[in-house]
Amino acid sequence: MAIVSRGFQGRRRPSDHRLPPGQYETRDFPVLSAGPTPRVDRDAWRFSVVTEGNERRSWTWSELMALPAEDRVVDLHCVTKWSKFDTPWRGVSLDLLLRDVDTEAEFALVHSYGGYTTNLPLKDLLDGQAWIAYRYDGRDLAPEHGGPARLLVPHLYLWKSAKWVRSLQLSARDEPGFWETAGYHDYGDPWREQRYQGD
Amino acid sequence: MARAAVSGRLGERLRWRVATLVGQRVETPAARTLVLDVPGWPGHLAGQHVDLRLTAEDGYSTQRSYSIASAPDGASLELTVQRVSEGEVSPYLAQDLLDGDLLELRGPVGGWFVWRPEQSEPILLVAGGSGIVPLMAMIRARRQLGVTTPFRLLYSVRTPEDRMYVDELQAPDPGLEVTFLYTRQVPEDWPRFPSRITEKDMAAVAWPPSMLATSYICGPTAFVEYAADLLVELGQPPDRIRTERFGPTGD
Ligand SMILES: Cc1cc2nc3c(=O)[nH]c(=O)nc-3n(C[C@H](O)[C@H](O)[C@H](O)COP(=O)(O)OP(=O)(O)OC[C@H]3O[C@@H](n4cnc5c(N)ncnc54)[C@H](O)[C@@H]3O)c2cc1C
Repeated sequence: MAIVSRGFQGRRRPSDHRLPPGQYETRDFPVLSAGPTPRVDRDAWRFSVVTEGNERRSWTWSELMALPAEDRVVDLHCVTKWSKFDTPWRGVSLDLLLRDVDTEAEFALVHSYGGYTTNLPLKDLLDGQAWIAYRYDGRDLAPEHGGPARLLVPHLYLWKSAKWVRSLQLSARDEPGFWETAGYHDYGDPWREQRYQGD
Repeated sequence: MARAAVSGRLGERLRWRVATLVGQRVETPAARTLVLDVPGWPGHLAGQHVDLRLTAEDGYSTQRSYSIASAPDGASLELTVQRVSEGEVSPYLAQDLLDGDLLELRGPVGGWFVWRPEQSEPILLVAGGSGIVPLMAMIRARRQLGVTTPFRLLYSVRTPEDRMYVDELQAPDPGLEVTFLYTRQVPEDWPRFPSRITEKDMAAVAWPPSMLATSYICGPTAFVEYAADLLVELGQPPDRIRTERFGPTGD
């Protein structure tokens, strides 16, 4: 719940302008992955958070389903230039999953089934900004879009929203993930057009 | 105590808090220190920052990071904001606030660019402009705890009137050596022409590599890059150099 800063005006972007610089709107949902789609069995599925001291908390699929879910409609921005507006998701907020984790870490390296990784500041996963999402548009999330569950961090380019999410490894230092090692930006803010290292 | 400052349950540490402005100090014509009362502040380490969130009446909001200037155990939290011309947030913070105004912040943030009092090696602090802020927190923490680890500060500013915390830095604590560098205009009778930091300036303050000192560099991105390169060229091991880049935002 934000409080108003007396007299603060700020500089808004024009409100009719939902496209970040360099993006175009698409109506379908393109698929982009670095490799073949991993098939993950829900019975074997786990999501874990591992702290810098190697303390691990894990959730099974049924434990995740037992947690309160949130429905969110968000805009997606992919670094390959497409944006898709008003996409409906259901998932568990990371605020809930991370709430009791005892850590000094500032960064998270996200690991996926299939070996994909991506890095982001821990604080970008908090404050109603990120979910472990498992339903899209009223249906179970399809494997090619990251099912059974993917990370959803819509305020960053979509490669940060790791499909087939498996764990978060928390750490004091920012360690580049898969695309980041290949020259993509460590943060990836679409509104600042942070596509590549140095943007 | 200091450890509790960065550890603990994440939901608590990164929760937004409402701070009240209880005082202001003019540091330079462009910079002001904001003295904040933050109920429930968990404490911090010297070098950490907070994120501030400003919200307009129509709900538009934006965030910026500001280093903590005060020592860890102060009664209040102090930030020093330097006005960036045409900036969205810093002119508001550095000139429009009134005592009693509320500010939303969270933190402390940052676990790498910190000085911990148990570090026993000599320390070099290198500041460009407002990059002095987190380094001042280190100097103040050292004083507050009565630590005698040798500190050196190299502080680069445009003109003499751009120096922050002048009273404290002109009468430095024992064991703290302060060197000012001026890039645009020097005080009267100053022995050095105004110029950006050079290898000679850095060589004069860098600790011998064999002493395994730690160096902290903070300021605008270009300054930090250049100063860090100089230290590496002078033989400082890269893993003993810690940097914090203030921007420009968008980097
Ligand atoms: C970890 C961290 C700690 C920081 N600590 C402090 C601090 O203690 N004190 C402090 O005054 N600032 C600090 N900053 C910088 C601060 O967060 C803002 O970036 C700065 O106040 C400018 O914000 P603005 O909204 O006024 O400018 P913006 O509207 O964001 O930018 C306006 C214009 O100014 C340029 N610009 C932005 N930032 C800077 C800068 N730092 N120097 C020169 N040009 C700039 C931009 O590129 C742009 O052209 C810190 C930044 C970081 C990342």
